[in-house]
Amino acid sequence: MNLSPPPYRPKNSFTRWLDDRLPVIRLLHDVIGGGYLVPRNLNWLWNFGVLAGIALTIQIVTGLALAMHYVASSSEAFNSIEGIMRYVGFGWLIRYGHMAGASLFFAALYIHMFRGVYYGSYKAPREMIWLIGVLLFMLAMATAFLGYTLVWGQMSYWAAQVITGLFSVVPFVGEKIRIWILGGFSPNAATVNRFFVLHFTLPFVILAVVGLHVWALHRKGSGNPTGIEVQKPEEVVPMHPYYVVKDAVAVCVFLLIFCSLVFFYPNAFSDPDNYIPANPFSTPAHIKPEWYFWPFYAVLRSFTVNFMGIPAKVWGVLGMGLSVIVWGLLPWLDNSPVRSGRYRPLFRCFFLFFLADMLLLGFCGKQPAEEPWIRLGQWASLYYFAFFLVILPILPLFEKTKAVPFSIDEAENKRTDA
Amino acid sequence: MPSSEKSLPKDMDRRDFLNVAAVGLTGIGVCGAAVPFIAQMNPSKDVAEQEKTEVDISSVQPGQTVKVVWRGQPVFIRNLTEQEITEANAVAMSDLRDPETLEQRTKAGKNNWLVTMALCTHLGCIPQGGNAGEPKGEYGGYICSCHGSAFDTAGRIRRGPAPTNLTVPPYRFISPSVISIG
Ligand code: HEM
Ligand code: FES
Repeated sequence: MNLSPPPYRPKNSFTRWLDDRLPVIRLLHDVIGGGYLVPRNLNWLWNFGVLAGIALTIQIVTGLALAMHYVASSSEAFNSIEGIMRYVGFGWLIRYGHMAGASLFFAALYIHMFRGVYYGSYKAPREMIWLIGVLLFMLAMATAFLGYTLVWGQMSYWAAQVITGLFSVVPFVGEKIRIWILGGFSPNAATVNRFFVLHFTLPFVILAVVGLHVWALHRKGSGNPTGIEVQKPEEVVPMHPYYVVKDAVAVCVFLLIFCSLVFFYPNAFSDPDNYIPANPFSTPAHIKPEWYFWPFYAVLRSFTVNFMGIPAKVWGVLGMGLSVIVWGLLPWLDNSPVRSGRYRPLFRCFFLFFLADMLLLGFCGKQPAEEPWIRLGQWASLYYFAFFLVILPILPLFEKTKAVPFSIDEAENKRTDA
Repeated sequence: MPSSEKSLPKDMDRRDFLNVAAVGLTGIGVCGAAVPFIAQMNPSKDVAEQEKTEVDISSVQPGQTVKVVWRGQPVFIRNLTEQEITEANAVAMSDLRDPETLEQRTKAGKNNWLVTMALCTHLGCIPQGGNAGEPKGEYGGYICSCHGSAFDTAGRIRRGPAPTNLTVPPYRFISPSVISIG
């Protein structure tokens, strides 16, 4: 059902004049103001999109400040960051803010994405929102990787070496591509420079793509925990003030966590090895990426033997790539007519297992490349792919779903009665 | 006028042709203009120029490995012991992922000098086993702790995700005790 929102009405002569020439207030009204109607039964999991946006804002603001002092050169980068920590006024705060912000950005994204899986948010008519979301996730990963290399510590250097090494699997021209990306045979002065430029640029690209994400969202409207589409005007409330205020509460809690990290555990997620300047002639005994890449890193390491005539290395890279891309296929892999996990008991079991599996994968990715972690990671990867490619597609064939209520109102009343 | 009506489709064809030609040429122009912007990312001349590295190997004892730098990348020069050579030669070709003999990977008459890139052929970490006291892995050569590739005493891949043997860079002996890499 398409509920037409109350149109924007300029209140005084100035806003009328402005609206006629540059309708920015109208735009804000339509996008986040009283003009956007939102189901009134959203739970707290619907706050994480906005939280991701807040984290992105923190990254851009702290990032701009850091860029005022950072020197993108292989000989100076590490020292310039130590200088920011020690000599630049509030430099420590800004840098720790950027570090904590990156972790919280990914934390918010992961919750946002798992929310989508549980409630079937990706199903028609919201596939485009989802696809743009997956693109955002990939852009965020690229940006985080590039940013991490800028420190030019040991982990930075070897991350640059290993991640660009992924491109060497491309047949025939792989090694050429790797050298082209690095601007040398191994990470070098040219690499820091170009990675800085890209790391600076990508967040603004992300910002623009977030615009598309929200645009697509506003065409079809927000989903809700019941997965039932809005049918009556009583089922929606205007974004402002209702959800603006609710989001504000979430932002307060989010900032509380952010400040706790910055002030009390600034290095909770960082690797001590990255406080050692880059050394191209010594690889740390145990290299591992930042926590938000661990699950995918575990998938990469799970392929240890050649099979089907394809080398293990190629499998690893393909597997890792696919483990990200499958998220984008979800709208077509899951054909259940029932959207929300609330009414799919069997799906709910597999989903919880998937959640646990993702944590297990992350744990394996963190460990050194030794048994039993490799074997464990292989089983976890197997379930990961099985969930997407086997379980979700065949589940609707035999799953007995619960009766789905006719309307949001009915569903929510039942819940409060029970 | 009937004649002009008849000539209309012809006219349209000409317009279509002009359209396609204009858009096509613009496309070619854009592609051409993109070339320098893509090419600038390649290694600059000072980086790309393949310098040579000369190494005096007279002080490298049997069983010892030294790491030297060539083109900004580390290279292992390993003086194999008799036992390591025997071990390498005892391996059946069918056991190898990337079958090569020690003979093929070293210079004639100098089978004890194993010169390889010190970069794992998986994703480019420096394997352990080159410095004294480092683990050499279960095949006695090198072990890469990044994702667990193990190499034997001829630097050949035996276990883990690396697809090929440690790369042998171009090099030659310019005297019995000096090699030139590059
Ligand atoms: C840069 C990162 C992102 C930002 C800033 C962002 C922002 C938002 C915002 C503000 C909303 C509306 C509030 C909400 O439903 O939580 C939203 C909705 C949504 N997002 Fe994202 N998002 C991001 C990444 C992603 C990713 C990675 C995915 C999935 C792979 C995704 C999928 C969705 C979907 C399906 C919805 C609609 C949910 C519904 O209304 O039921 N987003 N996003
Ligand atoms: S880089 Fe050596 S095993 Fe991956």
